[in-house]
Amino acid sequence: MSIIKTEHQPRLSAAVNRIQPSGIRRFFDLASSMDNIISLGVGEPDFSTPWNIREASIHSLERGVTSYTANAGLLELRAAISKYLLERFGVDYHPESEVIVTVGASEGIDLALRAIVDPGDEVLIVEPCFVSYAPLVSLAGGIPVPVPTSIDKNFEIDENDLKERLTSKTKALMLSFPNNPTGAVMGKEGLAKVAEVVKDHNLVVLSDEIYAELTYDGDHTSFPSIEGMKERTILISGFSKSYAMTGWRIGYLTAPKPYAEAMLKIHQYAMMCASTMAQYAALEAMTNGREEMEEMIISYRQRRNYFVKSVKEIGLTCHSPGGAFYAFPSIAETGLSSEEFAEQLLLDQKVAVVPGHVFGAGGEGHIRCSYAASMEQLEEAIDRIGAFLKKLNESKG
Amino acid sequence: MNEKERELLSLIEKEGRMKEESLAKMLDTPTDEVAAMLKSLEKRKVILGYSALIDWSKTDIAETVTAMIDVKVTPKRGVGFDEVAERIYRFKEVKALYLMSGTYDLSVSIEGRSMSDIAQFVSEKLSTLDSVISTTTHFQLKKYKHDGVIFGQDEEGDHRMVVSP
Ligand SMILES: Cc1ncc(COP(=O)(O)O)c(C=O)c1O
Repeated sequence: MSIIKTEHQPRLSAAVNRIQPSGIRRFFDLASSMDNIISLGVGEPDFSTPWNIREASIHSLERGVTSYTANAGLLELRAAISKYLLERFGVDYHPESEVIVTVGASEGIDLALRAIVDPGDEVLIVEPCFVSYAPLVSLAGGIPVPVPTSIDKNFEIDENDLKERLTSKTKALMLSFPNNPTGAVMGKEGLAKVAEVVKDHNLVVLSDEIYAELTYDGDHTSFPSIEGMKERTILISGFSKSYAMTGWRIGYLTAPKPYAEAMLKIHQYAMMCASTMAQYAALEAMTNGREEMEEMIISYRQRRNYFVKSVKEIGLTCHSPGGAFYAFPSIAETGLSSEEFAEQLLLDQKVAVVPGHVFGAGGEGHIRCSYAASMEQLEEAIDRIGAFLKKLNESKG
Repeated sequence: MNEKERELLSLIEKEGRMKEESLAKMLDTPTDEVAAMLKSLEKRKVILGYSALIDWSKTDIAETVTAMIDVKVTPKRGVGFDEVAERIYRFKEVKALYLMSGTYDLSVSIEGRSMSDIAQFVSEKLSTLDSVISTTTHFQLKKYKHDGVIFGQDEEGDHRMVVSP
């Protein structure tokens, strides 16, 4: 076979060249090449989607409901989402003009950023956080400005850290509580202080509340429920975490009409609509999914309790994560970087965790451990991490 | 019964073999308190025992035969169904016994080494009881799910990628 020489050099955009592949990728490749590992590196539930939800989707296929839906999604589903948000978190969105069903919260984040960011606009991003925020800000032409949080303040936002980073170009604030990777939650008072800063500087807020249901020690406060915030907030959420529906790729956005209309324009051209069969599954989740979801929440809470206590017992400092399904212990005392720690732990003990630095500012010195794993796996993982720490200590002498 | 006891019960109903230390951590309660709670629940006969759920068809031990028998009886004045129920559940072959609403009265679950074993039990022991009017015996052919657990091939393993955001 002859090698064909082409004249063509890839002509990629400057925007795509600016962003880096996710740091998780490297760990994925390394962990995937090994057998018999225990993974605490998984960012999704360990449950399968409840059967009634799967069955509803199968039923929709059997009925031959395989066409597009309205761009914003099935009105029935939007109405169910609207009702849910009102009853559960006290935020009121009109189903016909303020709710958009998206292809996961992931698409929602992208839509929201593209709808508000102009080239050169700065977006404050509360970090550590989900890996897609900063790259999507860049792709939209904006400049991500990290606002670090730290274990000293339970990974909550200190409003002074926000103020310090405000410039004339600051357009928006991106936040997410309960948080991936820290598991941190923020209550009404803390959020109210953030709201002050937001109001004083006329910022738009993107609040990713996909873990809202997975809150274990109290009630979740939805950012738009804070006085004066609804008019300037885009709420991003979805079904992936609370209903164990990651593979369905279904989520939603809610925002005041002008924002919703803008995002719908992009969604309508870029996506047309979310998958119809996934929308029927989501509708079942909204209408009959509560009971099974609550069982899953209890199970996460119990495993959170187990894991955080155990990880402290083997000698790591860990704040108490109030939500999501992650613990974010500090490994700083070992003297290793997060990357070194995670890599050595994987090679030495076959336990996969995610090094904290991939989640941005404030993540270095920590590892993300997902406790969405069976109790047997968690017990075994704790034993192995304990053995690893002991070895490290002994070699230090 | 308090909230902690309720949570402990629903935990061990599924995870009967969990170590006390792990249970204690999961419930955010000291280990000795969990141990005391278990003792007390056992004493109060809330917890009646601990057992394993076994798929005998996967062992080389000869499988037993299970039948569900619908039994119609004449209740007795003063004691209702309890007296005849007691006479039935005392047989060691009887694994479960329920009083039912509907077209028959008692549902008897019975285990034997063979079909003829069970036939013999029905004709000699059960039908001959004074209050028993009729019996209808159904043999179990295959166990798909028992006590909330799926038997046989469970096709729903962990399909997740080992590391993900
Ligand atoms: C904070 C956060 N937002 C969004 C997502 C993406 O969710 P979806 O599956 O709905 O796209 C994740 C998934 O890991 C997440 O952790």
